[in-house]
Amino acid sequence: MTTDLISGGTASPRVYKDYSRPLWQRVLLTREGAVYAALILVIIGATLSVRNFGSPITMTYLLLDVTPILLIALPMTLVIVTGEIDLSVASVVGLSSVVLGTLHQAGLPIPAAALVAIVVGAVAGAFNGFLITVVGLPSLAVTIGTLALYRGLAVGLLGTTAVTDFTEFWTDLAKSKVGGTGVPTVMILFVVLLVAFAIVLHFTPFGRGIFAIGLSSEAARFSGVHVERTKFILFVLTGTISALAGIYYTLRFGSARGDNATGLELSVIAAVLLGGVSIFGGRGALHGVVAGVLLIGVLGSALRLANVTSDVINIITGVLLVASVVSTSVLNWARAKRTKPGESRKPK
Amino acid sequence: MSTLTAETTGSRVTGALGSFLKARETGILLALVLIVVVTTAKNPNFLFSNDGFRDLLLTPSILLLVAVGQAIVIITRNVDLSVGSTLGLTAYLTGRLFIDVPGIPIIVVFLAGLVFGGLLGLVNGALVAFARVPALVITLGTLYAYRGINVLWTGSDRINASDMPKPFLALGTQSILFIPVLTIIAVVVLVAAGWYMRNQRGGRELYAIGSDPDAANLYGLNVTRRVLVAFVVCGALAGLAGVLYAARYGTVNSQAGSGFELEAVGAAVIGGVAIFGGSGTVWGAAIGAYLLFTINRALPILGVPDFWQRAVVGVLIIGAIVLDRLLAVRQSRKLVEARDPE
Repeated sequence: MTTDLISGGTASPRVYKDYSRPLWQRVLLTREGAVYAALILVIIGATLSVRNFGSPITMTYLLLDVTPILLIALPMTLVIVTGEIDLSVASVVGLSSVVLGTLHQAGLPIPAAALVAIVVGAVAGAFNGFLITVVGLPSLAVTIGTLALYRGLAVGLLGTTAVTDFTEFWTDLAKSKVGGTGVPTVMILFVVLLVAFAIVLHFTPFGRGIFAIGLSSEAARFSGVHVERTKFILFVLTGTISALAGIYYTLRFGSARGDNATGLELSVIAAVLLGGVSIFGGRGALHGVVAGVLLIGVLGSALRLANVTSDVINIITGVLLVASVVSTSVLNWARAKRTKPGESRKPK
Repeated sequence: MSTLTAETTGSRVTGALGSFLKARETGILLALVLIVVVTTAKNPNFLFSNDGFRDLLLTPSILLLVAVGQAIVIITRNVDLSVGSTLGLTAYLTGRLFIDVPGIPIIVVFLAGLVFGGLLGLVNGALVAFARVPALVITLGTLYAYRGINVLWTGSDRINASDMPKPFLALGTQSILFIPVLTIIAVVVLVAAGWYMRNQRGGRELYAIGSDPDAANLYGLNVTRRVLVAFVVCGALAGLAGVLYAARYGTVNSQAGSGFELEAVGAAVIGGVAIFGGSGTVWGAAIGAYLLFTINRALPILGVPDFWQRAVVGVLIIGAIVLDRLLAVRQSRKLVEARDPE
C-alpha cells in the first residue's frame, strides 16, 4: 500500500536477475557496482587534484563526520527495503541528545544517561511502529508527524540552552582514534553493527522476509512472514540506532541541543537511495548503502578542502540522487524494450 | 434504496448543510475557531486589536499558497518536497530583480516569480512523469539541488528591505477593508483552485489518478500530462509564495523557506488530504495551514512556552491521520453493511 503511495503507482518494470549474463557481469554491472566505481573515481580524483586530501587527518575527520549518517543508514535501509520510510530519525537524534544532556546535568553518569537516551529512542521508534503496524497508518504521514513531535519534545525540554559540561573522558573517546591508525574508535562500533545488520538482512530468514515484504507484502503474508511484527521491530531498531547516533553526535561536539542534527533525515535517505536501495522496496544491499554514504562524505570533504563553498555538496547530492534513480529507470526501460516480453525472466 | 429516496425528498438546503456538517474539513475548521475563541477569551488582543487581527490572517497566507499546491500534488498520489527550496529561490530572485533591473514593474516581478516557480515545478514533474521515478525521491533530490543553487547564487549576500521598492513592501503589510492584501491574494488562489478541483474535468481527473493511477491510465486519462501540470501548478504557487515572502519579510537570505516542505505536507495532512492521494480538498489544506500557524501564535498566550509548538504540531498531524483512519474504517463498515443487508 505504502509502496504504491511512494512510487506514485507507476512502478517501473521490475527487472529480475538475468542469469543469461556471465558471472562477472552479474557481479560488477550492478547498481552497487556503479556506486563503488563512482566512489573509487572520486577518491582517486580528489587525491590527485586536491591538496591534503590524501592525508590521514582528512580521513579521520571524514569518518567522524559521516558516522551519524552511516549508523542511521543501517536500519533505514531495512525499513526502506520493506517499502516503508522513517522521516523522524533526525528528531530522535535531537531528542536523545537532549535526554543525555539533561540527565547528565542532573548528575547522572554518562553511561546511565546514555542508556536512558537509548531507551527513549527505542520507545520513540516503537511509537512509530505502533501507529504504522497496529493502527495501520502510512509511514510517510506518521513519521512526518513524529518528526515534528520528537523535535518539539527535544526543543521543549531544553529550550534554547545547551548542555556542554560533559566529562572529558567521554567527549575525547568520541573523537579518539584506534592506536596510531587515524581510524576513529567509533568505527569499531559501526563495523560491528554493520556486520550484524548485514547478516540479519542478507543471511537470515528474518532478512529474507524483509525483502519479501518489500516485493509484495500480501504475498509475504501468505508465505508466513510476520509482516506487522517485522516492520514493528525495524521501526524500534531505527529509533534505537538513531538514539545511539544522537549520543555519539552529542559527545563528538560536546554539546546537547534540541536542534542537533536538524535535517539529517534527508541526508540519510538520500545516501540510502544513492546506495542502490529501491524506494519501491524489495531491493538493496547494505554494502551499496555504505558506499553511498561514503560517496557523499568524500565529495563533501574534497570540496571543502578545495575551498569550494561546502554548500555545493547540496547540489551534487541532489543531482546524484536524481541521476541515480533516473538512470536506473531508463536502463530498465531500455532493457525491457530490448528483450522480448517474458524472455528475460526465464533462466536459461 | 432508502438512502436514495431520503436524499431526493430532503430539501437542497438541508442537504448542503448536512454535507457541510459531515465534511472532514468542518472538524478542522471547528478546531481552528475553538482555538481562536479560547485564546481571545484569555487575551482579547489576540483577535480584537488591529495587529492581532491582521497577523491572524496575514501570517499563514504564504503557507496557505504552498499548501494548496502541495495538496494538488498529493491528491495525484505524489508529493513535492522541493517547495521550500523553490520558495527560497524565487524569494531571492524577486530581490535580485529589483536590484538588477531598477524600476521594474511589480506585476512583472510577480509574473517572473510564477513562471520561475513553474519552471522548477516542471523539472520535478517531467522527471516524475516521464522517468517514472517516485516523486518522493525526485523532489528530495531537487530539494537539495534547488537549495544548493540558491546558496551558490546568494552566497553570504542577502536582500534587505532597502533593496526593494516601498510599494512592493507595502503589499506585505497593507490591508484593504481590514483584510491584508496577502490574504486576499491567497484566498483568490484558493477559491480558484478549489473550484477547479471540484468542478472541472481536469480537477476530477487528478482525483481519479490519485485514487488508482493504473485504472486512470486504462480509462484513457492522460496521466503523464495531468501529473506534469499538477507539479507545474505546485511550483508556480511556491514561486508566488516566494515573491510574497520577500514582500512580507523584507529580508531574504539563502535559507529562506527551508523546512516549508514539511509544514506544507503537514498542513495538507491535517486538513484531511489523504497521503495515498485521491481524497481531500485544497480547502482542507488551507484550513490546515491556518491551524498550524494560529496554534503557534496561540500557545504562548495560553501559557505554553513556545518551545513546545513543534510538539503540538506533531500531535496534531498524528491526531489528524488517526482520525482519518477511524473515519475510513467506519465508512467501509457502513458500505459493507449497505451492500449486505441482514
